[in-house]
Amino acid sequence: MTINETQDELIEDFALFDDWESKYEYIIDMGKQLAPLPEEFKTEENIIKGCQSRVWLHAETDGENVNFEADSDAIIVKGLVSMLVKVLSGHTAEQIAQADLYFMERIGLHQHLAQTRSNGLASMVKQMKTYGLAYQSLNS
Amino acid sequence: MQYQARENMISETYTIPQLDMGQIRSDFPILDQIVNGKPLVYFDNAATTQKPRQVIEALAGYYERTNANIHRGIHHLAEKATAEFEASRRRIQNFINARLPEEVIFTYGTTDGINLVAQSYGRTFLQEGDEIIISTMEHHSNIVPWQMLCEEKGCVLRIIPINDAGELLMDEYEKMLSEKTKFVSVVHVSNALGTINPVAEIIKKAHEVGAKVLIDGAQATSHIDIDVQALDCDFYAFSLHKLYGPTGMGVLYGKEAILNAMPPYRGGGEMIKEVTFEKTTYNELPYKFEAGTPNIADVVAAKTAINYVENLGKEAIADYEHHLLRYATEALSSIEGLKIVGTAKEKVSVISFLMDGIHHQDIGVLLDQQGIAIRTGHHCTQPLMHRFGIPGTSRASFAVYNTTEEIDHLVAGLLKVKKMLG
Ligand SMILES: Cc1ncc(COP(=O)(O)O)c(C=O)c1O
Repeated sequence: MTINETQDELIEDFALFDDWESKYEYIIDMGKQLAPLPEEFKTEENIIKGCQSRVWLHAETDGENVNFEADSDAIIVKGLVSMLVKVLSGHTAEQIAQADLYFMERIGLHQHLAQTRSNGLASMVKQMKTYGLAYQSLNS
Repeated sequence: MQYQARENMISETYTIPQLDMGQIRSDFPILDQIVNGKPLVYFDNAATTQKPRQVIEALAGYYERTNANIHRGIHHLAEKATAEFEASRRRIQNFINARLPEEVIFTYGTTDGINLVAQSYGRTFLQEGDEIIISTMEHHSNIVPWQMLCEEKGCVLRIIPINDAGELLMDEYEKMLSEKTKFVSVVHVSNALGTINPVAEIIKKAHEVGAKVLIDGAQATSHIDIDVQALDCDFYAFSLHKLYGPTGMGVLYGKEAILNAMPPYRGGGEMIKEVTFEKTTYNELPYKFEAGTPNIADVVAAKTAINYVENLGKEAIADYEHHLLRYATEALSSIEGLKIVGTAKEKVSVISFLMDGIHHQDIGVLLDQQGIAIRTGHHCTQPLMHRFGIPGTSRASFAVYNTTEEIDHLVAGLLKVKKMLG
């Protein structure tokens, strides 16, 4: 699936919910299901500090695609993180660097991205794209 | 009614203070709105209080009928604006019972006032090896300016420890005091815990060793009657936006003799007597510390906020908020797995809490979905959070316009959070 196909699928999933509880329960569930990041990757280097919650982001490349693993100490952020990983992981550095992430806005979760200082999510997106760019320049 | 049921649950009996809540709530237009489909419950009052219609109208009225630059114009509007600006100074002088109007210096807020003292008094009168005492429960605004001063001057920062209830260990404080102590800067009411500190005693003890004292009153002025002469503090800093007044303005009170001995710390217009390229002479108090065009409109509207508070009555407000505090403490404690952080005997209407296994940010997000605004995080008191070994808390803080019904909503909201995350 392309980045946009995954985004569209998420938008469709969320269209089924008609109240905030089911929407957030779904996010919480995704957070719970996200495989925990191995402790060895929960390093100071991989941490993206928000004012309130922390996000860890680990990236690896097999030469072609970039894979992300991530974690957070707050469960809703972790759910959102898992969506970002799902959307961006497994694509080429170039695709990641150029991705237009529209799904958060369409799902009505953009306020979480706007809360730069409190949850580190916006910085995480930036960091994922930076990895994309970095690997892209390594490849070329 | 659930409200009634809870009302009866309060174990000790006491008379519930009577305020005209219908009137008070209608004075605050912002409260009457729907947030995320629910009626707004605003419990983030320690961050900033909402403004009554009277203050909003005073602000608009100033721009509609009075606006001019002050102190230098000779025309009608300039005189009117100057008169209103100076009337606010006297109103605030009276509110905190300062001896003189010129002991009231207008600032941008508490932070600005503390920086003024650290930069002007501190850099002039403190020297290498001098000790500055603050406490574990300070807001970053009352830590960082002193750290900057210590770095520059080689002073030593000492920290009063606290007990598990969130009360200062006064014995430890007394042991710290010596002839080396030159300055004590302590918070009157903790924004993260609600603790009311025994500042009168702190000031007295500091004066016995010849130290000067600043009190950070940011969280105190809306809850407690302030009498700077009775306290005998040397400086008292607060922000109007936490006192039902406008943002971007605050007050630094200082004793006249000390302020007179201090050099100005910002240069510019308004603060000078005469400027030549060879030498500039400074204006008198309070203008010496008010360089540039001040925040005239907000200063003018500030007196309306003070009038509002005094018309309700400081004591009536304190009694009512105390009622809210008792009610909320009891109601929140009934939630299994909820632990209140900050259980001092003397407290204002602020409750910080933790919920077992639930991150405070998740609590904040899910309450927001239910129209309930609380604060989560470290509350700009990271060293205090370290003391408790926690990254942060959830904090509900109550103002005079809040009700026990809203507290019931909070409790229901938290039960829902627990259910969703359990
Ligand atoms: C105890 C305390 N001190 C200082 C401040 C800083 O106030 P301001 O941001 O208005 O300067 C605050 C505000 O949160 C506070 O609660």
